[in-house]
Amino acid sequence: MSTVAFTIIAILTLAAALAAATLQKLMHAALSFAVMFLGISAFFFLLGAEFVGLVQIFVYIGAVAVLIVFTILLTRHDAEKVRGFNWSGVVVALAVFGGLTWAMENTKSLLIDPPQIEPLTVHRIGELLMTGYVWPLLCVGVLLTAALIGALILVLEEKRE
Amino acid sequence: MADSVDQVFIRAKECLLAPLAGHAPGWLIQVASSLINIGALLGVFLTLFALMSVLERKILGRMQNRYGPNRVGPFGLFQPVADGIKMLIKEDIVPARADKVVHFLAPILIAATAILSLGVIPYGRNMTPFVIDGGILFFFAVGSTTELAVFMAGWGSNNKFSMLGAMRAIAQMISYELPLLVTVLPVVMIVGSLNPDQIVAAQTKMWFVLTPWGAVAFILFFVSGLVESNRTPFDVPEGESEIVAGHMTEYSGFKYATFFMAEYIGMFAVSGLAITLFLGGWHAPISILEFIPSYIWFFLKLSSLLFVYIWLRGTLPRTRVDQIMNFAWKFMLPMAFTCIIAAAVWHYAGRGLAGWLWSLAVIAVVYVMLSILLETKKKFAPRTYRFAE
Repeated sequence: MSTVAFTIIAILTLAAALAAATLQKLMHAALSFAVMFLGISAFFFLLGAEFVGLVQIFVYIGAVAVLIVFTILLTRHDAEKVRGFNWSGVVVALAVFGGLTWAMENTKSLLIDPPQIEPLTVHRIGELLMTGYVWPLLCVGVLLTAALIGALILVLEEKRE
Repeated sequence: MADSVDQVFIRAKECLLAPLAGHAPGWLIQVASSLINIGALLGVFLTLFALMSVLERKILGRMQNRYGPNRVGPFGLFQPVADGIKMLIKEDIVPARADKVVHFLAPILIAATAILSLGVIPYGRNMTPFVIDGGILFFFAVGSTTELAVFMAGWGSNNKFSMLGAMRAIAQMISYELPLLVTVLPVVMIVGSLNPDQIVAAQTKMWFVLTPWGAVAFILFFVSGLVESNRTPFDVPEGESEIVAGHMTEYSGFKYATFFMAEYIGMFAVSGLAITLFLGGWHAPISILEFIPSYIWFFLKLSSLLFVYIWLRGTLPRTRVDQIMNFAWKFMLPMAFTCIIAAAVWHYAGRGLAGWLWSLAVIAVVYVMLSILLETKKKFAPRTYRFAE
């Protein structure tokens, strides 16, 4: 059952990723990128990591995809221009794929069976974040607040004389 | 007796599933159960949508001193049927220069996300269609996809009005998503769970709206919900007098009806979540009234919230874009953060009368300071233009 689901999701995700890389219009590529994010969140659901899957949808489709789309619209106007096919990109992609496969094949520690873990519930994540990982959480919080205030200062109206 | 009336829909579903039990594989029963839930959800909310569309026009008519629709059927009640037939037989026009695929997919995506977000709301005792541990998170994760759908509608139409409308819609939806999410946080903190059923269970004794932080958070949540569902007074994305119909300009016939339906279903979903978070879900206001079935309480609360939506539409004029943005970032967001602090104060002061007063004090201090800082009195002067004379 889960193998069938894995195969279907994998095919859809890979197809969307391929479409994002090859589609002629930049906007279509951005939208298929969003479909690929959805596929990755489906993988998280399949693995029982419900929280991570939901956050994947929330952050990547709700924020990152919208950001990409906005960037395309607000920057240069050749978004409609037909792009040529980039063969050097294929070479780089194949080289990276080969290197990763080689590294995975040669890593001894991957051969052991994965230990059975209890399902990752929201409650457990919250508990871990509030006990063991409270300092990293606070640092990220301060960083994000600083970024928010910085963004607000950037868009503040200049003082009128 | 009261208990059996309360659980009548659960019993009905068990009866429907009974022939399958025993000799069908587990996944088939699960699929059948989900299909029954989806069918019930769609049936109830599409009927409510039809009813709401005619009632809204009737109530607006009453407020504006005229009759609403009164030609079709008794009291004009069959108006939605006539509207539906009209929408179905209208020509479906797709602009020649439009992006056909994106233009076609946008209404489907927007309706799908709206209907999905209905799934996690508890409509009565044991009546949550889709039980999921992070239900609140699911609601917002699905809701955030709407922005992309609106953008697809605006961009795919290849029309300047559509694009402007979509940009306005996305700008205000992103701005108000922040207060919407932050006002949920105090409830999640106090209950200690993202599960809607547990949030409802925590409000058995007292609804959260009766605490100072809960009341403020509820009002902020309701206003943000108004913006998220693009309702008056925040309907700049489809401002008819300025940009035709915003991102829906190039849609006609049933695709337009789908957008319309998604807007109303989004409204039902946000109201349902507000009821779950602040108004005690399906609980009765006092325990003596618990003999009335839970789903009746839920739909009573839902209809009173929907009436407020219509009331606001009949009363308030449309706000300007800059007013909406200023309100979100300068007032809503600081107040939403104050709610978190006030909830923490309430919790650590023992959740009693002392905590009630302390959290009220925190909110009052921040409110007064904000109104001094923002110089609200000066802001009601005529607008000054920077780039136009």
